[in-house]
Amino acid sequence: MQARQRDSLLVASLKDSLGAAVITFALAVVMVGLRVDVASGRGAELFLENRWLAVAVAVVVVFAGRFAMNIFFWKRDDPPSLNFSGLLPEGGIGERSSKAIKYGLLVLAVVLPFALMFWLGARGSRQYIDLAILVLTYVMLGWGLNIVVGLAGLLDLGYVAFYAVGAYSYALLAHYFGLSFWLCLPLAGILAAFWGIILGFPVLRLRGDYLAIVTLAFGEIIRVVLLNWYEFTGGPNGLSGIPRPSFFGLEFTRGEGGFANFFGLDYSSIHRIIFLYYLIFALALFTNFVTMRLRRMPIGRAWEALREDEIACRALGINTTTTKLTAFALGAMFAGFAGSFFATRQGFISPESFTFLESAIILAIVVLGGLGSQIGVVIAAIVMIGGFELFREFDQYRMLVFGMIMVVIMVWKPRGLISSRTPSVALSKNVKGISADLVQEGRG
Amino acid sequence: MNTWDNNPVLKVEHLTMRFGGLTAINDLSFNVGRGDITALIGPNGAGKTTVFNCITGFYKPTEGRLVMNRSSDEKHLLERMSDFKITADAKVARTFQNIRLFGGMTILENLMVAQHNRLMIASNWTIGGLLGLGGYRKSNLDAIETARYWLERIELIDRADAPAADLSYGDQRRLEIARAMCTGPELLCLDEPAAGLNPKESLELNNLLQYIRKEHDTSVVLIEHDMSVVMEISDHVVVLDYGVKISDGTPEFVKNDPHVIAAYLGVEDGEVELVEEEVGL
Amino acid sequence: MDYFLQQLINGVTLGSIYGLIAIGYTMVYGIIGMINFAHGDIFMVGSFIALILIVALGITAATPVLLLILALALVLVVAMALTAVWGWTVERIAYRPLRGSFRLAPLITAIGASIALQNFVQVSQGAKNKPLQPLFSGGFQLTDGGADGSGIVVNLSYIQILIVVTTVILMGSFTYLINNTNLGRSQRACEQDRKMASLLGVNVDRTISLTFVMGASLASVAGLMFLLYYGVIDFYIGFLAGVKAFTAAVLGGIGSLPGAMLGGLLIGLIETFWSGYFSVEYKDVAAFSILAIVLIFMPEGLLGQPEVEKV
Repeated sequence: MQARQRDSLLVASLKDSLGAAVITFALAVVMVGLRVDVASGRGAELFLENRWLAVAVAVVVVFAGRFAMNIFFWKRDDPPSLNFSGLLPEGGIGERSSKAIKYGLLVLAVVLPFALMFWLGARGSRQYIDLAILVLTYVMLGWGLNIVVGLAGLLDLGYVAFYAVGAYSYALLAHYFGLSFWLCLPLAGILAAFWGIILGFPVLRLRGDYLAIVTLAFGEIIRVVLLNWYEFTGGPNGLSGIPRPSFFGLEFTRGEGGFANFFGLDYSSIHRIIFLYYLIFALALFTNFVTMRLRRMPIGRAWEALREDEIACRALGINTTTTKLTAFALGAMFAGFAGSFFATRQGFISPESFTFLESAIILAIVVLGGLGSQIGVVIAAIVMIGGFELFREFDQYRMLVFGMIMVVIMVWKPRGLISSRTPSVALSKNVKGISADLVQEGRG
Repeated sequence: MNTWDNNPVLKVEHLTMRFGGLTAINDLSFNVGRGDITALIGPNGAGKTTVFNCITGFYKPTEGRLVMNRSSDEKHLLERMSDFKITADAKVARTFQNIRLFGGMTILENLMVAQHNRLMIASNWTIGGLLGLGGYRKSNLDAIETARYWLERIELIDRADAPAADLSYGDQRRLEIARAMCTGPELLCLDEPAAGLNPKESLELNNLLQYIRKEHDTSVVLIEHDMSVVMEISDHVVVLDYGVKISDGTPEFVKNDPHVIAAYLGVEDGEVELVEEEVGL
Repeated sequence: MDYFLQQLINGVTLGSIYGLIAIGYTMVYGIIGMINFAHGDIFMVGSFIALILIVALGITAATPVLLLILALALVLVVAMALTAVWGWTVERIAYRPLRGSFRLAPLITAIGASIALQNFVQVSQGAKNKPLQPLFSGGFQLTDGGADGSGIVVNLSYIQILIVVTTVILMGSFTYLINNTNLGRSQRACEQDRKMASLLGVNVDRTISLTFVMGASLASVAGLMFLLYYGVIDFYIGFLAGVKAFTAAVLGGIGSLPGAMLGGLLIGLIETFWSGYFSVEYKDVAAFSILAIVLIFMPEGLLGQPEVEKV
């Protein structure tokens, strides 16, 4: 029994919506209502423009929206705090459908360039294949980071540093020693893994958020060094003229000895794009293959055990330092591979490409996909990167929307899109996935 | 002559542990006999878990020596080893007072993780296993067999693929013991294994411990509050109070030791008989 | 020596600004154990609000001193209030629905909120730098550079005095608030054990909201100070300032208010001395390296309590 008499639905809704409207007004009155700008021609004087209409619209929209939600949707006289769980469908992607999605995506990925070529022709399909390459790069990075964050439970906010190490390794090795892409690819991976060990060794005993912030700091340090070491890295101008990869020694060039010539095709620049597509596809699949295989091996199980309970691991005789280091180094290695691919694809790299935002996006892909879930990473990468690129017209709004979408998805599904864990070994044939509520997220 | 002085598996010598100004354990010495079930008892805050944490390397003792005598005649000075090495090399395994299972992993996976070191060697530190070389496949099957053996032993074989967090409290306790056994220990340290168990589960635990001792040549040290468990299964009892050993001997001996009774009743030694009369003992 | 003194003055000023931001991090981390990644951007929003108010009120260097001080006080109060609403809203939308959930989720929403705030300001205020003509000029000359003019003139400008004095006053009042009021007690109770606090009748949601509100208003003070000191802001200032302020909070011992202030001072000093004596380019590297070193060798920070590993 409530001692205090409750307001009726209408009154309560009105009060609540009014509150929301007041908050909106306070938020918008200065930051939207006024715009400060530098006057051109009059020195560096500042002046204000006003946009009171926009504020009024925002306030009215919030009031009406919240009121409508209260009356027609929540229908409670104690309006819920803002969350999206009521607005969006419940339930994740089941195991069976996730399997179907997996094979569907695999087939799609294999035929994609040819389907696009058939459909849109060489000229029209180029931008879509480019986009697919970008998505696959993020899928690979996501899978690499998934080893560190998803399996071993180590929060790494500086993952992009290893991507940068890979990219610069290839660019510099090619620049100073004239080494080919195929030789540099493993070297870049090894160098990145080496950096992973060097950076990881002192910091891996830190826990949780401290590890996160130190890895962030390392990421920034590497970027600042790349930015300021002009003689070696070209500083902010970056490195250009990075050699393109060859197809078993065949360059993608016009004329004698080129790829098109060798296979008796007409030369087209799309050949290289398609080749790059399959290259990153193969690299990503390799990452996935190694990860999935490791998960079923003692080292992979030790990673997951580490995420569940580090102290118990130590009591079982597991060397937690080396176990963490292998996860860190392996994650770094895949980022190194992806980095050298990035360098060869772009032909130009600069520190601009390796900001904290990149780390944040990769981490978001891993978490939004569902920690530890390989297919989740793919879906999240398609949604985030694909969606982001498709809204190219709304250029300045798209990062704003991107940030808001990150918040909305996370609030909707805190455990990510695919949130069940498949056991790595089983006695019976039919094994159920483990609900994410039971799975720990790691303290490191 | 008793086993613990004759043939000790673990010798605790002058162990002292200080936290800042607080002395949790003061100059404690006792032996654990090979093949014995040794109980470490004492009132709350007596320092029992601290002793365990020193033995298993989670704390570094301030002073003292901990000598582990392996059956192979190897000796290990535990106070100089890091925690994971103690399990891996000195073959000491432990469980925790607040159960520490890998809740999001299946019961079988829990037991597989415990065989980590053996499997790492079999997989040539992952490289061989990744390439499909060597005897990794067979070792992996052996490890599953070992797990199956223990699951049958603790009667959880039907639930092998269920997440460990789904188990009842008593089952979790037994699984934790089985997991510790999967590391192949010569000394098993159990921190309050019977806490929170009902009488039936308690009985099952007794049987399991007897079985472990008999069939696996594993010595057991346990911390326990439940005196019926202690008196029934242990061969040797060590009593701590305020970090100091106050009694050491067979259950019979300890039960009648006035120091022990005084500590449990919370009175001075001289007043024991008086108090006993009062409460009608 | 004179050069050293000048760097010291500059370092203390910068450190005060970092300290004010760091308090927001340390309070939020103390109470809900998360890195509020959007806090740096709240600082940036606070700075913009202050700038807009200054322009709207028509404050310039020509305003008479007394009026100038009063007007700035008004700007400060309004900016604190409005920025607090921003802090409150971010908590309400991005963090509160995730309370008690999985630890990484609020970290991701915080990063999302940070991206959204940055780009919101970029859209609504434009990407260009916003330079503000200095409002205060002059100060005390502590040394005259020697009779022959060979030494260095050490300046202690009015604005530096203003920044340090304001910081000290705010620090004092907030420390009082945390130590002696009911709100402070609730806050400390929530830090210790949120569930128990709520069982004992502490309104946990409200306490956490108020923590964000206080953090945001202090950040807006830092925003105003930053604006007055550097005279130029853009939508991206929040990231670096935020990371350094977090570094300061960790350095001082996370969860400790005096620690945040001390950490802020140290980071400010390290940065200015590094730029003064070594190289400007690598000043961020210096700050971050200090962070890594401190965390590795002294994870509890300078004034924090050591975390005991329970087995």
